[in-house]
Amino acid sequence: MKKFINKTLIAAAVATTMVAGGVQAAESITVVSWGGAYTKSQVEAYHKPWMALTGNTIISDDYNGGLAEIKAQVEAGNVTWNLVDVELSDAVRGCDEGILEVMDHSVLPDGDNGVPAAEDFLPGALVECAVGNIVWSTVFIHDSSKIQGVDGLKDFFDLNKFPGKRGMRKGAKPNLEFALMADGVEPADVYELLSTDAGVDRAFAKLDTIKDSVVWWESGAQPPQLLADGEVTMTTAYNGRVFNAIASEGKPFVINWDGQVWDLDLWVIPKGASNQEATMDFVKFSTSTKPLADQASWIPYGPLRKSSFGLVGSFHSNPDLDMAPHMPTAPANFKRALQNDFEFWADNSDQLNERFNAWLTK
Amino acid sequence: MTTANSSIDQADAMPLKEKLAKTTAIQRRRAFLLTLPLVLFLLISFVFPIGQMLFNSIHNNKVSGVVPDFAVAIQSWDGQGLPSEEVFEIFVKDLAKAKKVREVGRTVGNMATRINYEMPGSRSLFTKTARKVINIKQGPYKEALIKINEKWANPQVWLTLQRASHDISPAFYIAAMDLKYNEVGEVVQADELYQIYLKNFIKTLWLAALITFICVLLAYPVAYLLSVLPLRQSNLLMIMVLLPFWTSLLVRTTAWIAILQTEGVINDLLVYFGVIGEDGRIQMIYNQTGTVIAMVHILLPFMILPLYSVMKTIQPTYMRAALSMGSKPFNAYRRVYLPQTIPGLAAGTLLVFILAIGYYITPALVGGQDGLLISNLIAYHIQKSLNWSLGAALGAMLLVVVLALYWVYNRLIGIDKLRFG
Repeated sequence: MKKFINKTLIAAAVATTMVAGGVQAAESITVVSWGGAYTKSQVEAYHKPWMALTGNTIISDDYNGGLAEIKAQVEAGNVTWNLVDVELSDAVRGCDEGILEVMDHSVLPDGDNGVPAAEDFLPGALVECAVGNIVWSTVFIHDSSKIQGVDGLKDFFDLNKFPGKRGMRKGAKPNLEFALMADGVEPADVYELLSTDAGVDRAFAKLDTIKDSVVWWESGAQPPQLLADGEVTMTTAYNGRVFNAIASEGKPFVINWDGQVWDLDLWVIPKGASNQEATMDFVKFSTSTKPLADQASWIPYGPLRKSSFGLVGSFHSNPDLDMAPHMPTAPANFKRALQNDFEFWADNSDQLNERFNAWLTK
Repeated sequence: MTTANSSIDQADAMPLKEKLAKTTAIQRRRAFLLTLPLVLFLLISFVFPIGQMLFNSIHNNKVSGVVPDFAVAIQSWDGQGLPSEEVFEIFVKDLAKAKKVREVGRTVGNMATRINYEMPGSRSLFTKTARKVINIKQGPYKEALIKINEKWANPQVWLTLQRASHDISPAFYIAAMDLKYNEVGEVVQADELYQIYLKNFIKTLWLAALITFICVLLAYPVAYLLSVLPLRQSNLLMIMVLLPFWTSLLVRTTAWIAILQTEGVINDLLVYFGVIGEDGRIQMIYNQTGTVIAMVHILLPFMILPLYSVMKTIQPTYMRAALSMGSKPFNAYRRVYLPQTIPGLAAGTLLVFILAIGYYITPALVGGQDGLLISNLIAYHIQKSLNWSLGAALGAMLLVVVLALYWVYNRLIGIDKLRFG
């Protein structure tokens, strides 16, 4: 009898292990990003190789940035997203508000060259609740088949030299920065100036000069479309999406790097998300040296690991098109660049967006 | 046996009136049971969320929930100079605890966001200090805190904290009415550059009135035609009215974008026929004009249908009688026909106006920068800025406006005269 019980116990234990093993092998996580060409680059460079490697599945979902959905899910106790691609300011704010899981950076793998992760990542890429993956940038673009001779950010605000509509992101960020830089302020002084009332007044005064000609966009897919449709003569846009319109669709768009405002994108896990072990495994994989470099062959967003720099190759569909010169961080593009100051925006976005909204409806 | 008999006798002896009352009471109870699902549905989907919204607009525990002991202790401060050393000590300890526990909805970041609404630029003061406060092991706490950041010596920080420590406060209504607290805690008008909500309320009411007026002008003749045409033609016309009504709202709005945009159908035609030059394309969308055009189209059936159903019941003999008795056509129309359509007109006006002031999706898509309504600002605070309390306060104000209108309406026309069909 005793033997029988033992046998049953063992059988049960084996069965349980098998079931548990089976569940683990078929885990599914929902990864949320910004859609379009950017999500495609992540699917190709991160999702597909990881799914092939582990047998897990990834459901890809799109959103338009911001913390609203994460906050709603966490506060309702019904978290359906496992991993989200967010801007630095949202990663920090979400962490402060306790709606993101704290991430253990010690589990991140070394770079392919053996450099520990903590040194391999660019400064600022590892924050309490997030692991960075790429550098992206807001630039302004024009259509070379329609206008020529655009010389720097000041021309974006020059309606006499280049008549026509301008496209800008609806919101205070990063239009106030653009306005000041176009007004001759050096990138290093922008946030210091914006911290004063006089600086904010000056930025709005500059925006006033083109206000009646501005078309406001909200999602990153809009500006290349606005330019292609001829709705605007110039528009601000995310550099990766513009590159994609140029390289894949052959659009005659030109990226103007003068006064670019760059920022980081990072992975965050909403607090209380399920399958965190598998999610963390995906984070480790996707932010390792090779996938980061691969990602950059689909869209020119710079990898955040130094060990990935040398591996960045050519555009996935065109071996002659080298990706390195199209990165926001390429030396030629980086001459007059400004890093988005997440702390400034965490402090001032409520107030400045209020003023922006009031200004907009005036 | 006898008892049964006697009870029957008693029942027979019961007066008819009482019996009737009993049966109707049972019937009434049964009828109520039938409506119970609806009552429950309304309670869950309507009364409860609105109650929640009203509660959220005055209740915010982002300070007392994060630093509970401090929220009590600070109340004893008289607002002169800085709070006492004990209050500082309690604050430092509460802050360190909140930083360590990180409970959802009760983190230092939540409190920082709350204070930042009333004292812009102070958010990082809290989040940065919280990272360092764990290192403060002993007093004097006042000195240690000020050493971390000298802004802690600013009485305004403590005044704001003291005010925000009350869970129930009018702070969000103050913000929603373009007012603010100044350095010494008095309520004053916000700087003109930051005023947005009251103006937007007025604009919303004005646009809704305009849309309603245009709807009346367009719908009245159509409804009249519908009611007098022979069945075949009126059926066809009815389908033309209803077909757009059944089409998705988004499809109709995007269709207007295709028609009205600067590179759109109307502008192309105008340029083609030489009415305007290539440079003179008219901006008809992404502004108030676009909002008004698209919303009139979308809300028109809500005006036509009540009007039609009322006009349908008006006997043509009344008009004929008036005319045969020598009245001029216009006079007959004005004194006989028009008054009879008032109930339908009233219903349509009320319906369209109330729908219009709460409209969200169409202005969001075609409103551009100056065609946005108050609902778009509410959505902004719910979705983007995450200031749910302010969104709730604005929502509550919108609710009050609607109820006030309803009341005025009831006074002027009488809600019992309303007829939808």
